[in-house]
Amino acid sequence: MAPEVPAITTERDLRLDLFRGLALWLIFLDHIPSNIVSWITIRNYGFSDATEIFIFISGYTAAFVYGRAMQERGLVVASARILKRVWQIYVAHIFLLMIYLAEISYVAQGFENPLYAEEMKILEFFQQPDVTIIQAMLLKFKPVNMDVLPLYIILLLLFPPILWLLQRKATLALAGSVVVYALVWEFNWNLRAYPSGTWFFNPFAWQLLFVFGAWCALGGADRLGRVIRSPVTMVIAIVYLIFAFAVTMTWHFPRTAIYMPNWLAEIIYPISKTNLDVLRFAHFLALAALVIRFLPRDWAGLKSAWLKPAILCGEHSLEIFCLGVFLAFAGHFAMVEISSKVVMQVIISVLGIAAMIATAWLLTWYKNAEGRGPGGRRKIAQADLAGGEA
Amino acid sequence: MRPLIAALTVIWLAAVSTAAAQEACDVPGNLLFSESALNHVTAAVKNNRQLNVVVFGTGSSALAGPDGVASAYPARLQVALTQRLPGVAVSVVSLAKMGQTAADMTKDIDKIIVDLKPNLVVWQTGTVDAMRGVEPDQFRAVLDSGVDKLHDKGSDVILMNMQYSPRTELVIALSVYADNMREIARENEVPLFDRLAIMHYWNDTGAFDLYAGSKNSKTAQRVHDCIGRAVAAMVIDAAHLNDAATRTPK
Repeated sequence: MAPEVPAITTERDLRLDLFRGLALWLIFLDHIPSNIVSWITIRNYGFSDATEIFIFISGYTAAFVYGRAMQERGLVVASARILKRVWQIYVAHIFLLMIYLAEISYVAQGFENPLYAEEMKILEFFQQPDVTIIQAMLLKFKPVNMDVLPLYIILLLLFPPILWLLQRKATLALAGSVVVYALVWEFNWNLRAYPSGTWFFNPFAWQLLFVFGAWCALGGADRLGRVIRSPVTMVIAIVYLIFAFAVTMTWHFPRTAIYMPNWLAEIIYPISKTNLDVLRFAHFLALAALVIRFLPRDWAGLKSAWLKPAILCGEHSLEIFCLGVFLAFAGHFAMVEISSKVVMQVIISVLGIAAMIATAWLLTWYKNAEGRGPGGRRKIAQADLAGGEA
Repeated sequence: MRPLIAALTVIWLAAVSTAAAQEACDVPGNLLFSESALNHVTAAVKNNRQLNVVVFGTGSSALAGPDGVASAYPARLQVALTQRLPGVAVSVVSLAKMGQTAADMTKDIDKIIVDLKPNLVVWQTGTVDAMRGVEPDQFRAVLDSGVDKLHDKGSDVILMNMQYSPRTELVIALSVYADNMREIARENEVPLFDRLAIMHYWNDTGAFDLYAGSKNSKTAQRVHDCIGRAVAAMVIDAAHLNDAATRTPK
């Protein structure tokens, strides 16, 4: 073992679960097409959205959980656990794909509106299951809103060596991650998608956020502590958030677009989500800096009953994420088959989040009943779950 | 009881009157009007009393069936412009074809410009590019160079984005392509006919039920008629051709 292994704090940071839970709700709301409630989500008020929060926290918890496993049991065992997790996520993705295909096929049935003759052509594509399903299993064919889990799979798959390096030369690992990110912008690296194009979330770019999260978990956050809390950082963060807010307003109100100077537009556009634009990354950092500053780790409110639902959801992120994807399909289905009125959109959104909370509560209850909860006897044997899921 | 009845009557009247307004498929000005001007159109109408419009488009700029051509929005646009610009010879030629990407449409752009001499090109695109997953950067580059070329050759451009198609929202990811079109329109100071937002608005206000899966072509024809009239309103506004001023003195 290397002598200088950074200490991993053992106390669980509830803020991680809280914000991951909130991110899961926002992702769900954004995934329901034409949902009026999605106007409350952060993507409408700045550059970054819930995906950034989700990926960052996933990197953080992955390092937290598997970092400890790597210290206690070594590289091989920790890697095996990570790969087991990858497999679980892969199976979950394929399961969701089945539900997606069922939803699409049902909705497409008897859809003959002449207005949409062109759009309906896409459904012919599903009439070649031999190709489509195999491409889906290879993670090349990823339907709308099913891009996050494949990204997560690739990130975790590459994680063992990164984690190993992070525990020895944290700064070097982070620097490596930044270099790869920069090279993506230079050389356009990305994975191929089916039927054409590339991955919507470029893993070579998004790894930056994941590795940065992991780096923070392994002591980076403490090293940054002073910088984050300095008044200068606060001012920069707030100014930047206001700037991003103003820019997004010009998207919602075309008349205000004239206030956007051309030289500025030329610098900032296009803001690529695929390649995790620097503006998006910076927006996430600014948000995170504010949260760290104004919401301390030991804030009493984190234990209050009001935040409990979000924290519960954050603790079971994979299950709740998958449930959210499923519920978004179900919501779309309900809008097509029953009603698409605004009232219905609100009902779907509220019921969906309620279902996510109820399920998270049930999972926690089951975990405790099995004696795997906090203080349970089998805590050590289930190290990959004890710190929450990665 | 009386106030209740009065209140209900008022609500009913309000509902009926909004229903009537919805029937007219009005488009709020903020979705339709921008600061971008159509100077070639203004010149053609004021100096030559004629206006040649060419529509580049995918299948969503056309309708099938025997009366398809007459009821699709390019033909409706010609009718609406002719009505609003009396004494101006308006022609709208549609080059819309099923399954065309933006790149396909610009393949013969030089020949089209020479043959049809458009003062205005309504360039509807994005749907097929999104369905095929064309590289967004490539889509952007094609749009950018196409708009440049048309401007150079003396034609104005209106970009028109995709239809709002709620049933296929989970199958075709439009947002990246729609964003690119908005940015290209802004960069080149070209009006963007935001069909996606306008049709979404019509669906939300109840003017049309776009979730309906039926074969009935009535809705499709009404939607196209409304689009034709809305594009005409956009042209008149952006070319500063307020109706009265262009009327030939008698």
